[in-house]
Amino acid sequence: MQDRPDVRELLDAVRGFLEADVVPALDGPRQFHARVAANVLAIVGRELAGEEASLLAEWQRLARLTGGAREPPARFEALRTAVRDGTAALAERIRRGEADAEPFRAAVRAHVRATIEESSGWRTRASSRPRAGRPGSARPGSAPF
Amino acid sequence: MRQLDAAPVAVECLRPLAGGASRDLWAFDARLPDGRVERLVVRRDPPGHHVQSSRRDEFALLGAVGAAGLPVPRVRWCEEDATVLGAPFFVMDFVEGETLARRLLRDAEYAAARAALPRQLAAALAGIHALDPARPALGFLPRPPMGETPAAAELVRYEQIFRAIAADPHPALELALRWLAPQPPAPAALTVVHGDYRVGNVIFGPEGLRAVLDWELAHVGDPLEDVGWLCVRSWRFGADDRPAGGLCQREEFFAAYEHAGGRPVDPAAVRWWEVFGNLKWAIICIMQARTFLDGAVKSVELASLGRRVAEMELELLELTEA
Repeated sequence: MQDRPDVRELLDAVRGFLEADVVPALDGPRQFHARVAANVLAIVGRELAGEEASLLAEWQRLARLTGGAREPPARFEALRTAVRDGTAALAERIRRGEADAEPFRAAVRAHVRATIEESSGWRTRASSRPRAGRPGSARPGSAPF
Repeated sequence: MRQLDAAPVAVECLRPLAGGASRDLWAFDARLPDGRVERLVVRRDPPGHHVQSSRRDEFALLGAVGAAGLPVPRVRWCEEDATVLGAPFFVMDFVEGETLARRLLRDAEYAAARAALPRQLAAALAGIHALDPARPALGFLPRPPMGETPAAAELVRYEQIFRAIAADPHPALELALRWLAPQPPAPAALTVVHGDYRVGNVIFGPEGLRAVLDWELAHVGDPLEDVGWLCVRSWRFGADDRPAGGLCQREEFFAAYEHAGGRPVDPAAVRWWEVFGNLKWAIICIMQARTFLDGAVKSVELASLGRRVAEMELELLELTEA
């Protein structure tokens, strides 16, 4: 168990400080970079909240899609490696044209979409309903660039 | 400074300008021996970047564009000797105005500018595309290889970059590459292409367009590349109901462009270029993140660009759904 405030609360505190105090006090490129820094902390917070769960979900989708192993690796690092290797193999299959035709095409696209939405917190127009348990929506285009 | 002339020039009020991730920009006042003050901007490549282009080329191009009566800052001089300021640079006039696209697209102060800009951007773009790419002053511009369409050549180029630099697999980008590969459009003409034409790269005032900036990606190619790029989702800055730069509908922009003398617009070709634009921007973000990961430039902005790739990946899935 971690003492409070936990990692997310600490991140939120720093982010709040950047947004409320630092950004308004700066101008020009420094203000811009302070805003970027606050945005990066928001990304880190979102990932800390859901990394292991979303990695496991991604592994399970990949296994269904490509018929891989039945049991996910128990250790986090091994799970991460398995997802990365599985994704590289999928990318290679797409590159060879294996996902050009249905039904594999639709299955691959659904997997890719779910993975991006899960890991980025962004949602597409096609699936823009709010999702329980995810922090506020960082829509594409909302980053300060 | 020695190339201006032999007389001493005092540099005053040197201050950084926000200029994006791939360069640094400084404004300064040059006090001349007779007491006059020139408001100027120096533009320099930071060392160690993956995005490299010649200052001399950009300097020559801006000169040619300005001579054609198009809205760009007047260029003054160019220094390629990296020992002077640590990297090659050139100097141009300071253009007063705003560059933050989010202010343009949201602030009440810029309502008139929002109304005027579709027509102004279309007219400036038609003017750029009317420049003769065969004139000697533009001979440095990169051109597509003989016998290849610009679309096919650009696709090959960015796929090669992607293969060379991406540290992680990107299934969404592979899907986009498969969509793009069979159908690169043939250009109606080979023209000067700005290469980064979007609302984030102009100076504007409450009345509208004042100058088109950021010419370092200019080349000879398909003019519709610029039109498709303008429609890339990221350049709408959240104003997603107005696909053309967050300003208007695509069809409105096409009509304004044709009205200003641009060649007839093929919407299917623009679509290809819009999809390609999202792919290209994703690959550029991967490049920028790589610059951060390589340790050459430890900038928070570069690091965060690596995380913008997902945004383009989702948009690519949307655009290629049909």
